[in-house]
Amino acid sequence: MSRSKFILITGRTTRQGTTIHLGKESEEFVEETSTVEMNEEDMRRNNLQEGDQVILRSAYGSTKVTCKRSDIPQGLVFLAYGLPVSSIMGADTQSIGMPDSKGMEVEIEKYGEN
Amino acid sequence: MEKISDVTCLFCGVTCDDLEVFVEGDTIKEVKNACILGKATFMNHKADLATPRIRGQAASMEECIEAAAEILVRANFPLIYGLASTECNAQRKAVELADFIGASIDTTSSVCHSPSLQAIQAVGDSTCTLGEIKNRADLLVFWGCNPAEAHPRHFTRYSVTPKGFFVPKGKKDRHVILVDVRKTPSAKAADEFIQIRPGSDYEVLTVLRALLKGEEVEVEEVGGVPLPTLKALIEKLKGCKFGSIHWGMGLTMSRGKHMNVMALLLLARDLNQFTKFVASPMRGHGNVVGIATVLTWQTGYPFAVNLSRGFPQYNPGEFSSVDLLARREADAALIVAADAFANFPKAAGEHLSRIPTIAIDSKESLTTKMATVVIPTAQAGVSAPGLAYRMDHIPIPVKKVVDSPYPSDREVLERILEKVRSKLS
Repeated sequence: MSRSKFILITGRTTRQGTTIHLGKESEEFVEETSTVEMNEEDMRRNNLQEGDQVILRSAYGSTKVTCKRSDIPQGLVFLAYGLPVSSIMGADTQSIGMPDSKGMEVEIEKYGEN
Repeated sequence: MEKISDVTCLFCGVTCDDLEVFVEGDTIKEVKNACILGKATFMNHKADLATPRIRGQAASMEECIEAAAEILVRANFPLIYGLASTECNAQRKAVELADFIGASIDTTSSVCHSPSLQAIQAVGDSTCTLGEIKNRADLLVFWGCNPAEAHPRHFTRYSVTPKGFFVPKGKKDRHVILVDVRKTPSAKAADEFIQIRPGSDYEVLTVLRALLKGEEVEVEEVGGVPLPTLKALIEKLKGCKFGSIHWGMGLTMSRGKHMNVMALLLLARDLNQFTKFVASPMRGHGNVVGIATVLTWQTGYPFAVNLSRGFPQYNPGEFSSVDLLARREADAALIVAADAFANFPKAAGEHLSRIPTIAIDSKESLTTKMATVVIPTAQAGVSAPGLAYRMDHIPIPVKKVVDSPYPSDREVLERILEKVRSKLS
């Protein structure tokens, strides 16, 4: 499969906010923060099924996450705040302190295909 | 079972102070009035508790405090970071420690609403308390935020559903608009959802200001929104009796950042030529406003403050944590009630793992896992009392509901400061 480009939106989810209290290494929190939400049509075009593992790659790093279907607009993907998000975030803050955390350009490829 | 009323939740910036907590001994058995996030905070208060250790080995609290003081005394450029999930007395002590050792001190705002703070410094804000919003607002705009998942009781306590003095029918008297790049669960509470293209907030807000001023806009769409929709939106904003815009990290973390927030604040300001309009940020942690308030009254600045020259210097980009760490300038770090390693970009986290780091936290985190010294504390709002500032800058007392075997953040910081003082005297 070729690598497809998406805009990554990051944010909170209810499950991320509740499971954080079980521990950052708890199965529930790790699962929630390692699940990328994709549009159904984008998944179909990229030959992805719900539950498939994909590599999310930015200009600053890559992380392995699990695919989940959602009603997010085509071209966007969503990942809840957690270590996978931080691991692909750049440290340039354009001199204001805040790194680019939303709207990052990422590539997605099915894990193990290349 | 003992019932404790009027308990304050420090999880999110709504800082609800009407919880009822039922305790038996040192265990919380039940929580009433809390949202799902608040309930999880209290019901899991014993999960994944931190333990005292030095370089991964179990140690006594006294040994940890001695080791922490030694790290800070030896450092040339220490960074103190976090502080949004603790209470104001601990925050005051952290500022005192930073002042004494000449540290940089920064807060979790640095990576959430620091662009909002910078925008407010640049253009000011037209704002009010959540009580006024509850009693007056007949039009609410939520821009780049998802309260349904991040601040669940904002809708029910203050903004969407409550009945207020001038809005006696509650939601029926209010019009709620959600603007975002995706249809979040918050859309269910809104009367209207406007979907914009990622990274186009500044453009859309600026065009709304132009339309407000009666300018001709010769485009068919802006940020993916048809011009007629924007024209209809601006008429609604102008036509309300009391409007309120709430923004989240959809603005502060996206391209434009502080410029996005400035555009929103200017729109709110300009709307006051037609009606009453206010704007306020949806702050994340339960006492993130507290640390900005404490830092401001102590140093004059809300975050990214450096005290190495004996007086406060403020410069985001220079003294903000991600920049200090990514440039490998800080040579020691004290992280209080925050998980810097998990939340910072990789390059900043990597430097944190290379330098001596002290983690003060009630819970284990990815920061405690890599820290040189871990000092467990009583969780503020659960096992330690104090004071917190709600997202609208209202100070609220924080209660202790159960005992902890560990001292509070304030006590630990005080003991570290005493040790540092004795080492340097």
